Amino acid sequence: MKPVGEAELHGYVDGRLAEGARAEIEAWLAAHPEDAERSRAYAEQNAMLRSLYHPVIDEPVPAALLAVRPHAWRGYAAAAAILALGMGLGWTIRGALIAPQFIPLSLARQAATAHIVYSPEVRHPVEVTANEEEHLVRWLSKRLGTTLKAPHLAPLGYELVGGRLLSGPQGPVAHFMYQDTRGQRLTLYVSKQRGEPRDTAFRFSQEDRVSVFYWVDGNFGYALSGEVKREQLLQVAEVVYKQLNP
Amino acid sequence: MDRRLIIEHIPRLRRYARALVGDRYIADDLVQDTLERAWNKFYLWRPGSDLRAWLFTIMHNVFVNQVRRRRYEVEQAMEEVPTVAVRATQGEQLELEDVDRVLRSLSSEQREVVLLVAVEQLTYEEVGRALDIPIGTVMSRLSRARERMRQLLGGQVVVPLKVVK
Repeated sequence: MKPVGEAELHGYVDGRLAEGARAEIEAWLAAHPEDAERSRAYAEQNAMLRSLYHPVIDEPVPAALLAVRPHAWRGYAAAAAILALGMGLGWTIRGALIAPQFIPLSLARQAATAHIVYSPEVRHPVEVTANEEEHLVRWLSKRLGTTLKAPHLAPLGYELVGGRLLSGPQGPVAHFMYQDTRGQRLTLYVSKQRGEPRDTAFRFSQEDRVSVFYWVDGNFGYALSGEVKREQLLQVAEVVYKQLNP
Repeated sequence: MDRRLIIEHIPRLRRYARALVGDRYIADDLVQDTLERAWNKFYLWRPGSDLRAWLFTIMHNVFVNQVRRRRYEVEQAMEEVPTVAVRATQGEQLELEDVDRVLRSLSSEQREVVLLVAVEQLTYEEVGRALDIPIGTVMSRLSRARERMRQLLGGQVVVPLKVVK
């Protein structure tokens, strides 16, 4: 009997052999329990990995992935949006016309999760309240290693409730909460980003009921979340961006 | 250009990314980045050639760049992964978790090969093309990865085999 090589054993496990070759290997395995045990274990690994990951195929594809489009299209869309926005405002969203860069979708999701967890809190929505705004901003600035600012959104009807420090996958996160007179809350999630500093366009993501606008500016990622309509949130996001980049 | 061509591959790209990086959201980031790059380079794809293999190649390149910049694989630590080996007795679910944990312990190079072969069921030649490595390297990574998994799983029967009459 010709000894079975390593490549043939794997080919057998993965069903990549011709019929004749299969029979030969089976004869070999019948006489060599160690190799038989290995091939059985490998086949079992295949089966288990498939049952672990096969279900992903049936999950609905997140809208953000379906929305990825070639540049040209997005360029036009961005240009149109900027014209519409910029005409009255006299400013543009930085980076919207240059090649879009990688902004982790996870930024939006982490922010949405934090929003969902903290915004329904009645008694302890924040760690430090707006009465101590100066202390809050100094503390969070220190932890994030930058000079933060809590945007002033009163002209839009949102007062600062306060903020807290969170732990995110990239390290400390500053979380500011705002509220209007009806109790509608918005949160701003600020997290340090790894890698090279860069600037990106605004992106929008709908995470269940929570709308999120997010962008990267230098070394920091920003995400504004709220259970409000996209247009309303965009209005606030523009003001936030403008205040953070005077 | 037909967007549907690429869109219909998204579920498989998500599956591979999920298996590769573990965390669901980080995996979708990887898919998102892959799709953006695929769109920008779509003119490089030769119609009639295997689009799926081409997309896996792009994902591999994105993944390698990101790993180099240590972006993915950051913290699967976030949820899960008990460090104590909790084996057997509690049924299949736990054993699948064991397999997953062992998969995470492989080098990313070995993990890519194992997943493309086992889950995506690419041929060895296709794996070599997707990862841009010679077939000999595919086979040696596959062999080392499987043997390591087998050792870590104790070489035991993990799933009760069905009795075939």
